Amino acid sequence: MSQRNEQNVISESTRLKMRELAGRYPNRRSALLPMLHLVQAEQDEVTTEGMAACAEELDITSAEVTAVATFYTMYKYSPVGRHHIGVCINTLCGLLGGDAVYERVAERLDASHNGPSADGNFWLERIECQAACTHAPVMTVDWEFMDDVTPQSAVALIDKLALGEQVWSTRGPMIRDFQATEHTLAMAEDDLATVGNCVDEKMLAGLKIAKSGAQQ
Amino acid sequence: MKLTPVITQHWDDPTLYTLDGYKSHGGYEALAKALNSDPDSIIALVKDSGLRGRGGAGFPTGLKWSFVPQNDGKPHYLVVNADESEPGACKDIPIMMANPHALVEGVIITSFAIRANHAFIYIRGEVPAAIRKVAYAVKQAREAGLIGKNIQGSGFDLEVTVHSGAGAYICGEETALLDSLEGFRGQPRLKPPFPAIAGLYSSPTVINNVETIANIPYIIDRGVEWFRQFGTEKSPGFKVFAVSGHVQRPGIYEAPLGITMRELLDYAGGMRPGAELKFWIPGGSSVPMLTADHLDLPLTYEAMAEAGTMLGTGTPMVFDQTVSVVKAVTRWLEFYKHESCGKCTPCREGTYWITGVLEKFEHGHGTENEMETLTTLCGQIAGRSFCALGDAAATPYPAAMKYFSHEFTAATHTSADEQFDPIASYVFSGARA
Repeated sequence: MSQRNEQNVISESTRLKMRELAGRYPNRRSALLPMLHLVQAEQDEVTTEGMAACAEELDITSAEVTAVATFYTMYKYSPVGRHHIGVCINTLCGLLGGDAVYERVAERLDASHNGPSADGNFWLERIECQAACTHAPVMTVDWEFMDDVTPQSAVALIDKLALGEQVWSTRGPMIRDFQATEHTLAMAEDDLATVGNCVDEKMLAGLKIAKSGAQQ
Repeated sequence: MKLTPVITQHWDDPTLYTLDGYKSHGGYEALAKALNSDPDSIIALVKDSGLRGRGGAGFPTGLKWSFVPQNDGKPHYLVVNADESEPGACKDIPIMMANPHALVEGVIITSFAIRANHAFIYIRGEVPAAIRKVAYAVKQAREAGLIGKNIQGSGFDLEVTVHSGAGAYICGEETALLDSLEGFRGQPRLKPPFPAIAGLYSSPTVINNVETIANIPYIIDRGVEWFRQFGTEKSPGFKVFAVSGHVQRPGIYEAPLGITMRELLDYAGGMRPGAELKFWIPGGSSVPMLTADHLDLPLTYEAMAEAGTMLGTGTPMVFDQTVSVVKAVTRWLEFYKHESCGKCTPCREGTYWITGVLEKFEHGHGTENEMETLTTLCGQIAGRSFCALGDAAATPYPAAMKYFSHEFTAATHTSADEQFDPIASYVFSGARA
């Protein structure tokens, strides 16, 4: 859950990180998208105060920050809760079963598209192509891959998350929470690169055939 | 035709993503070679290789690099387009997750060639799994002196910044990506000026796709002749194909350009049991669909163009007889409507109207007249917007009408779900319970 204080004031440590981000670019404004991720990392949503902090750091108006923030779908304007759940409903995933997955997950969470679950712990989103079509139907938890899901496995996964049990991405590390992922995105790094396996059988499908000599 | 794992050759080595793992397979030897040669000769070599952009458009990479003016006193930039979001495209993200150093080495060599001292890797925000691997590779390369000041005593300085997007398909369009990277809404710019003249911060900029850049170390290391032994005269080299859909073994298959879809399909184990191929799309929803009649065409830029489609991202999506074309096309248009940036009226309004009419067909309420309306609408979008998103949105319907007009006629009285039981398309069982 959100760690933020009552007044939604952006902490000094986040401010420092914002300045570090701005320093990575020849033009400070380039850091705006990462800075907005940083706001979500601290506040679980993009708040008015968070946007104002970005504006201050970059010396642009709040209106400009708002104009940019609202263009991008990953920024949310009410608390996401502990976990963001995405279900791909683009043609390939959707028709291969993502539609059924979405329906069951929405039912389980008592949530509708781009909104919180009834208990406020989850956020549900019908997402577009996640660049994992070989692993359809695809779901994401805090944007980590959950490949080849079924309605049953998706609901079982959410049951585990709801109980606070540890869950691993199918191609990545253990699931943390939405704010932790947002911190990864903001800083474009974390200490999990060596954790979990990113390469699975489907990514090795052609290589295996080539190595086995079973070539045409 | 045989599969030819090059970029994917060592993906079964679980340490490949680390610097040591990559180096154990000859990694960064190409960089040493490059730093000892003249930047212009690298551009010439890549030109001679005939490498074409793997992001979809297939523009010759060396030619693109050569458009950057030299000795112009301005900073130059390399921007890697790692915003893979095209429906059906799923090869850049796996490359970054499995072999990030191939990308990083390619970035360093390319920057050296075009005289850029700052490179950016713009990765879509929805994929932390790829971002952390690339960031780790950059960090390790920096610690090893492969990025930074005076790289390996060459006098060449390079900074590499990994940047996360925030959810916008349009940022895969190169000029929209630049606006986004500058901290604005990701909306395409009018061209000319082209990015090679006025790109990032109005400076000369090369924007290349992940797979394109990942090819570079192998071309530098092994040479033009080696590269050109794969593929055709107009489409040299190999391609990381990603086959998805109703096949037995969806996955990554790296093969020379010119392999046929029938061969790829065989490697992927054929269609799932009891299934027949209905239609397939060579490289993303933005290129026109083909049918079983096209399975023996070589997957090259030129053969696909001749068949009225495009190689695109080279990531074939395969659909069997259970799929409603009306439903598939409607879903893609809902996507384009959602992703239209709103800058150009024909695209912004057109995707809205097409989607509305298509949804009527999906529910079985279309009319014969509206089939004409859709054709007109598509004609009014194509070629009338700044960028290719509008053209892409105008693609699925006319392509579907070419082969499956009867399904739209049927959708004037019978819904897509009544024509085709959606559950039959699922790749898992038990959904009926």
